[in-house]
Amino acid sequence: MSFLFEQTTDGNTYFSWLMSGLLWTLFLWVVSGVAAFVIGLTVGSFRTAPSLILQVIGRCYVQVFRNIPLIVQAFLWYFVFPEIVPASFGNYIKSVPPPWASFIPAVIALSLYTGSRVAEQIRAGIKALPDGQLKAAHALGMSTLQSYWLLLIPQALRITLPTLTSEALGLLKNTSVALTIGLLELTAQAQQINEFTFKTFGAFGSATIIYLVTALAVYQVAAFVERIVEIPGTGKTASRG
Amino acid sequence: MHFDFQAIGRALPFLMDGLAFTFELTAVACIGGLILGTGMAIIRQLQVPVASRLVSVYVTLMRCIPLILVLFWFFFLVPLILGYLSATGRPIPLGPKTTAFVTFTMFEAAYYAEIVRSGFKAIHKGQYEGAKALGLSTTTMYASVIIPQVLSATAPIIVTQTIILFQDTALVYVLSLNDFLGIAARIAQRDGKLVEFYTFVAIVYFILCSVGSELAERLRRKAPTTVRRVKSFRVLGLPLP
Repeated sequence: MSFLFEQTTDGNTYFSWLMSGLLWTLFLWVVSGVAAFVIGLTVGSFRTAPSLILQVIGRCYVQVFRNIPLIVQAFLWYFVFPEIVPASFGNYIKSVPPPWASFIPAVIALSLYTGSRVAEQIRAGIKALPDGQLKAAHALGMSTLQSYWLLLIPQALRITLPTLTSEALGLLKNTSVALTIGLLELTAQAQQINEFTFKTFGAFGSATIIYLVTALAVYQVAAFVERIVEIPGTGKTASRG
Repeated sequence: MHFDFQAIGRALPFLMDGLAFTFELTAVACIGGLILGTGMAIIRQLQVPVASRLVSVYVTLMRCIPLILVLFWFFFLVPLILGYLSATGRPIPLGPKTTAFVTFTMFEAAYYAEIVRSGFKAIHKGQYEGAKALGLSTTTMYASVIIPQVLSATAPIIVTQTIILFQDTALVYVLSLNDFLGIAARIAQRDGKLVEFYTFVAIVYFILCSVGSELAERLRRKAPTTVRRVKSFRVLGLPLP
């Protein structure tokens, strides 16, 4: 693995390429993760809302963004979107400098796609709660918005935490799709190192280990959080399933 | 914005070829992956020494790294390994097409293995005991009693996973293969018609995947047969620490 510390054409080491790739991957992951979470919460609540219009909006959102492959969505935001908006805005998008020109469409595509998946988990979480909760909240004089925010969503989140962890790890892997629209994230850097050095095993091996370690770290944190926020009386043995 | 639909009409025969390849890849990976995955699940279920450990590591690894990275691994590394094993010792290039078939089969096998394993757990203990009491051999027990029930219990998740596989096949774009997206991208760039072609690709994927999701939803709603349905499984979850 010593080749990782050899000098590259741009005066850095291959190791620094990998680290820069990792930073972009993590940055992309955090930004789209937060956005997807917010979208998922909103759309997931829409899907269970008493209002029919909100239900239809939620359903349409999930249908559209879950049924188009992520790479195609990335292409739509990167290639198609600047062409179909008014020319002045389109030209402004095209004038954005390199890493951001790929990063922003990648964030949009990843958050919208992951958001639709999170929405389904949140919906399932809210549906798993007894009916009476919303009615009881209403009887106590809470508005629907308040009952969702203060009552249903906090409980649904606790129930769905394990699947949300899976979603977060899925998102970490999906960030690699950004390389198809030109973002030099971890997988792209590994591929580039492979092209420069022909050290196939070392290049892809390093990237694999980095992904593996990151995923395991995320998983440990999630398992820790799961233990903290667990609803009393629904321990591991009771809630497995 | 002016849409040139005739460009798509002219390219339709090529696009259909691409779509046929996408379906071919999905079918091969689905059937191959199910067979391999079921085998892996049985190995883990029977706790075959060494092999069971290896399968577990393999499954965890496959689920922690991005599919694009797996595609690169197989594309660059399998020829080297084959060459190492062959008499001449020279790398044997596989070609992107074979790489795609092998990669998707191996990658999906890891996911199907987890689905089938969750199915094994859902089956009542009495089924195993009953089969044993009737004097069935382990092979007969799995082939005629357990596996059919597992497949029926996990059918909705298998369909959902196959839709994800169908979407994921678009990633062979990174190997410059002529799948549906690959062909569309190539013609779009040649004709300078990115907007039309990518929009068309998105719509076709949307329709096909919506039909698939509807099928999965129907299967889910259908009254369960003899065993309770497996509702969900942690696709990306790792063994608890």
